Amino acid sequence: MTVTDPGTAPTSLTATDLGTAPTGLGLALRDCAVMTRRGLLRMGRVPDELAYNLAQPIIFVLLFSYVFGGAIPLPGGGPFKEYVVVGVFAQTLAFMGVGTGTGLAMDMSRGVIDRFRALPMANVAVLIGRANAELVRAVLVTGVLALVGLLVGWRTHTGVLSTAAGLGVLLLFAYAMTWVGIAIGLSVRSPEVASTAGLLWVLPLGFVSNGFVPIASMPEWLQVVAAWNPVTAVVAAARSLFGNPLGMAAPDRLPLEHPVVAALIWSLALIAIFIPLSLLAFRRSARRG
Amino acid sequence: MNGGIQAEGLVKRYGSVLALDGLDLHAPEGQVLGLLGPNGAGKSTLVRILATLLRPDGGHARVCGFDVAREAQAVRRVVGLAGQYAAVDEYLTARENLNIFGLLARMTPAAVRARSEELIERFDLTRAADRPVRTYSGGMRRRLDLGVALLAAPRVLFLDEPTTGLDPRGRAEVWRVLGDLVKEGTTALVTTQYLEEADQFADLIVVIDQGREVATGKPAELKDRVGGDHLEVAVRYASDLPPAMAALAAAGLAEPKADEDTLRVTAVLPGGASRLADVIRELDTGGVEVADLTVRRPTLDDVFFALTRKADEHDRD
Repeated sequence: MTVTDPGTAPTSLTATDLGTAPTGLGLALRDCAVMTRRGLLRMGRVPDELAYNLAQPIIFVLLFSYVFGGAIPLPGGGPFKEYVVVGVFAQTLAFMGVGTGTGLAMDMSRGVIDRFRALPMANVAVLIGRANAELVRAVLVTGVLALVGLLVGWRTHTGVLSTAAGLGVLLLFAYAMTWVGIAIGLSVRSPEVASTAGLLWVLPLGFVSNGFVPIASMPEWLQVVAAWNPVTAVVAAARSLFGNPLGMAAPDRLPLEHPVVAALIWSLALIAIFIPLSLLAFRRSARRG
Repeated sequence: MNGGIQAEGLVKRYGSVLALDGLDLHAPEGQVLGLLGPNGAGKSTLVRILATLLRPDGGHARVCGFDVAREAQAVRRVVGLAGQYAAVDEYLTARENLNIFGLLARMTPAAVRARSEELIERFDLTRAADRPVRTYSGGMRRRLDLGVALLAAPRVLFLDEPTTGLDPRGRAEVWRVLGDLVKEGTTALVTTQYLEEADQFADLIVVIDQGREVATGKPAELKDRVGGDHLEVAVRYASDLPPAMAALAAAGLAEPKADEDTLRVTAVLPGGASRLADVIRELDTGGVEVADLTVRRPTLDDVFFALTRKADEHDRD
C-alpha cells in the first residue's frame, strides 16, 4: 500500500468514473471475449501443460507407426501409418476434454469461480470462454500432431478443401468433448474426481473404436459398440476426407456407410446436450455452495 | 433505500446440517461490521448468501436495498467480495487480473485502465504489476485480491477473513485501507479470527453461533454485557491467599477466587476502579503482602467465550 505523503490526499478508493459500458447482448459477448482472452493468456503462461498435451500423442504416433506398423494388416489395404495417425488425432482431442474438466473443477475449488459469480457478468461466459480457449488449444495440438505425422510418413491424398474439412470434423469433435469435460468438471466436487470420472468414460470411448485397430478384429458384439461409437465416426470421416485407409473391406454398418454425416451428427448432438447440462450444473453449484 | 445490509431469519441447510438457523443482521451504511463466531458458526455461509453466491433456504436479505435472491444482478453491481484465499489468477499478472475482472464488472476499458493504475499504486504493487501472481508473497496476493474487490468502487464490501495468514504489518495495512473506505461511505462486513483486530477496527460487532445472531453492539457495549472489570491480586506466599480473599470479600467483591498455582486471587470489580481504594485499604488492614495488583477490562475474547458458551448451554437445555 502507498506510504502517503502527509501533504497529499490519498487516492480516493471509491470516487471513480466507471464510465458506461455497452448493454445487453453486446456485454455478454464482451464477457465471452474477455474470458477467452483469460484462457489464452493462461495457456501461454503454462507451456508445460501444452507440452503434456502433446507428449502422449507424439509417443503414440511413434509407437503405433513403428512398433505395430508392420504387424497389423488392414482390411481393405493401405499403409498402417496413414491409418493410425488419424486415430491418434481423435484420441488426443477426446482426452483433452478431461483436462478441461479438471481445470474447471480446480477453479471451482479455489474460489476463482466465486469471484466471477459475484460479478454482474454473464455467467455463461465463464464456460464459453473456457471452451473457446480449449478450441485454440485443440488447433495447436492438431497442428503439431499433423507435423509429427508428416515426419513419420502420414500423407493426405485429397485436395486442400477436403483436407481442411477433415481437420474441421476433428476440431468440431474436440469442441464437443470440451463441453462434455466441462459438464463433468462442474458436476463433481474435486479436480481429482473430475480427472478420474473423465478418464473413466473417455478410455473405452477412445479404444473401443476404429482408432488403432480395424473393427473387424473385435468380437461381434464389440463391433456393434465400436461402430456406433462417436470416435469411430469421427475417425472414419477424417480418414475418408484425408484419403487415408479406412481399415475395412466394405462399410457394413450405418454410421460407417456415411461417416461424415455420422461424425457431424454425433458432435452436434454432444454439443446440444452438454452445453445446457453444463449451464444447469453451473447454476446448481450455486445452490450447493 | 439505505446502503447497508439487512438480513432477517436467514436459513441455510446443507443436508441435515443447519448452517444458518434464522439469522438476523443489520449493518448500517458506512460502518465496519465485524462478524465473529466460532468455526462452523455460519460466518462464511452468511457472507456467501449476501454476496449472491448461495441461495438461502429461508428468510431474506437486502444489500443496498436490493434483495439478494430476487435482484442478484443488482446486488452484484454494488458489492465487492474478497475471499479467504486470494481468488486471483495465479498465472496472470496483477495488471491482467485487474483488467479482466474490471471488464467483467462491466466497466469501460478506459475506466478499467485508469482504475487499475490507481489501485496498483494505492496497494504498493507498482514494481510487481507485470509479474505473474504466482511469484507474489501472501501479503501481496491479499492486497491484489482486495484491489480486485475494490475495482468497481463497491458500496458494500464483503471480506471473509481478509487478514488470515498475513503478518501483523500486512494486517494493519488491510485495516487501514478499510478505514479509508468506510470514511468515504462504504459499508464493510468483515469476518475475522483476530478478536483484537475486530475490537480495534470494527464499529459494530455481531457475534454469531450455531447459525444464529447471539449479540450485536459496539465493542465496549458487548464487553459491558459480560460483566465489569476484573481485579487480579498476586501475592508472594500461598499463606497470603486466605487473608487476600477475606480482604476482597470485606471490600464488597462477590465470590473472589484463589488460584494456588499462580498465587492469584481474582474477582469481578463492580463499579470499576472507584472500588479500588476500598480493596487496597482492606488488603493493607489484613496484612497481605501484595506482589502485583491489576484491573483488567474484559476483552472481546471474554465476550466471545461468554456468549458462545451461553449458546452452547442454551442448546443443551
